[in-house]
Amino acid sequence: MKFTRLALATALVAAGAGFATTASAQANEQFFPQLTYRTGAYAAYGIPWSNGKVDYIKLINARDGGINGVKLTYEECETAYATDRGVECYERLKTRPGVAVVEPLATGITFALTEKAPVDKIPLMTQGYGLSISQDGNAFQWNFPFLGSYWTGADILIQHLGKQAGGLDKLKGKKIAYVYHDSPFGKDAIPLLEKRAKMHGFDLQLMPVTAPGVEQKSTWLQVRQNRPDYLLLWGWGVMNATALKEAQATGFPREKMYSVWWGGTEPAVRDVGDGAKGFNALSLYGHGTSSKVMQDLLKLVHDAKQGTGPKDEVGTVLYVHGVITQMLAIEAVRVAQEKFGKGKVMTGEQVRWGMENLKLDAKRLKELGFDGVMQPMSTSCANHMGSSAARVYAWDGKNWQYSSDWYQADAKVLDPLVKEHGDKYLADKKIARRTDCK
Amino acid sequence: MFYRENGQFKTSYRADQQIFTIRQDKVAILALILAAFLVVPMFATDYFYLAILTPLVIMSLAALGVNILVGYCGQISLGSGAFMAVGAYGAYNFVVRMPGMPLIPALILGGLCATFFGILFGLPSLRVKGLYLAVATLAAQFFSDWMFLRIKWFTNDSPSGSVSVNNLEVFGMAIQSAQSKYLFCLAVLVVLALLAKNLVRGAIGREWMAIRDMDVAASVIGIRPMYAKLSAFAVSSFIVGVAGALWGFVHLGAWEPAAFSVDISFKLLFMVIIGGLGSIMGSFFGAAFIVVLPIVLNLVLPALAGLFGMSISTAGISHAELIIFGGLIVWFLIVEPHGIAKLWSTGKQKLRVWPFPH
Repeated sequence: MKFTRLALATALVAAGAGFATTASAQANEQFFPQLTYRTGAYAAYGIPWSNGKVDYIKLINARDGGINGVKLTYEECETAYATDRGVECYERLKTRPGVAVVEPLATGITFALTEKAPVDKIPLMTQGYGLSISQDGNAFQWNFPFLGSYWTGADILIQHLGKQAGGLDKLKGKKIAYVYHDSPFGKDAIPLLEKRAKMHGFDLQLMPVTAPGVEQKSTWLQVRQNRPDYLLLWGWGVMNATALKEAQATGFPREKMYSVWWGGTEPAVRDVGDGAKGFNALSLYGHGTSSKVMQDLLKLVHDAKQGTGPKDEVGTVLYVHGVITQMLAIEAVRVAQEKFGKGKVMTGEQVRWGMENLKLDAKRLKELGFDGVMQPMSTSCANHMGSSAARVYAWDGKNWQYSSDWYQADAKVLDPLVKEHGDKYLADKKIARRTDCK
Repeated sequence: MFYRENGQFKTSYRADQQIFTIRQDKVAILALILAAFLVVPMFATDYFYLAILTPLVIMSLAALGVNILVGYCGQISLGSGAFMAVGAYGAYNFVVRMPGMPLIPALILGGLCATFFGILFGLPSLRVKGLYLAVATLAAQFFSDWMFLRIKWFTNDSPSGSVSVNNLEVFGMAIQSAQSKYLFCLAVLVVLALLAKNLVRGAIGREWMAIRDMDVAASVIGIRPMYAKLSAFAVSSFIVGVAGALWGFVHLGAWEPAAFSVDISFKLLFMVIIGGLGSIMGSFFGAAFIVVLPIVLNLVLPALAGLFGMSISTAGISHAELIIFGGLIVWFLIVEPHGIAKLWSTGKQKLRVWPFPH
């Protein structure tokens, strides 16, 4: 009995303390909510990604003292990739003062928050994922799918396949299998692939894999039967490594496998090693530790014992993804400060303005230490994506080796599709298209 | 002393058949409902509404539905997530395909879709029972996952397979603010909980319980097992379906089939078992335990560690949360295998004889 009372008392005190600490917050701090998934089926992806984001915040605080004197703070909240936990995290963290921008880190959570962001006036950033149609700033005022969506990725892969075959017209009659994670994430690219299939006359074979993607036997049986000429792998987390192992087991040539950027990461190929040799994937940016920003991260964050996660993770593909994501968010705040007042904490609406007016040219990227890491990009109020460039690289058993130059997604193919689906979305929602963009 | 029925005489059948025969109970429940409607809005913050109260209310409703099937009729079901999904997608389709469809009829129609689905997957219950039935209803779960992922018609040909709703309103009032969301769900819960309470007290509820306790004996005394079991499936899936529609429409706003995965089915079953099988009150306790406790642990653990000058990583917290949560479930079921509702009724019984226990 005594023990129970003691436990109860401790719990109450702790609960009080918990609410007390969450209530205390300081002014003049820009807050970056961090929705993470360090546990669950996709943790292998979530951990380095979040570590990169958090480390970059630490770097800006340590090296520059924040943004024009405004300190950066963050708080993590674990979603385990589940939508309802993500919504809870969002609701919890959005009440903090000085919230800049939310990155949901999961396609499902992105969908749920897309409905909430306009109400709360908090911009929603998704880098390399999220709703493909949301690149249209006229329709989705609060979504920012920076650097590419699954439509741009699929478009670039088809362009690359066309180049390999000696011209897009040579794709006629070819069989392209699309092995995808059976969730909104995997399905998102289908409309674009179907459009391209109609344009070039290739045979698109859809092969869904049930989430999380560990069980793929039947899919690979299908691959064996249909013998596709190329295979597009749209996997996430554990699904990529499993697909590579299955390809090895069925003897499907890895050289004919092409993945969106999520396959071009270390967790996808690490456990397969040599078995993944020749496997191709898209790459949005350069990785490795040679760039200035990675050196700074190593020196000022990791050597100062402030690093999140292991030191040898710095420079890996997903870690760099996190760093770039956070950099874009921070630059948006900086741009907003130039218009609305330096040294002030920006509101969600002001940060949104910043995100619509990002101009990261080669010079600016060099200043930031990102030259060689990413391509220049610029956004506008109609274009919320900024850049749709990507390269292809292949795994040589130890490293990713670039095998193509930069491609741009074809606006002639993409734009009508974005417009068409955006119109449908707006009509369903009975929202008018924004008209103040020039 | 204060909780005693001395002197409360029932002079008519009507008085004897009331839900709460003891005046103190009646007052307490009324006060509770009033507090939920009037006092909570006075101090709750948006976070409280959106992240704790609204999910709690919706999950209570779903647990209530599952309790009717599992607790009252003894038909173990692992397909509750599917019934929620059918309710949500059903209501969504009515809203999308019939312009000007108001919210409440859409919810009811969504519930009716779930009813049909529930009856369909309840049919095996006429032949198999217990764990076998649990596995058979699991098929409902997988079937709904498949259906909403692959049949594009249900998602209105959305390219990603994810659907969303907005501009909800009831009788011209927008369900937009955190408070209105909570109040709307609470109103639905109160209405359906009262209906459910009356159903389980009535003839049909007694039939369910007879089937649960011993189906052979029940059929000997003239209860039709088919009617009883399928009606339990129908009522339960209706309530679960409405809860699913609320979860999609009001809580998430946009959802994909993964929002109603098998995890939800398990969670609902845990809620019913921990809260108390065959108890309306237990559904609320169970939902509170499963929905709120992880969030509270999540908030408290870092602070607790902070008191001792430690800091835990996000991953550490969520692992610790799972361990503590699992431990609490085991501890709870050992201390009170009949669920939290049993503790509640034991407490009431003790109060009734206090201060002279026998």
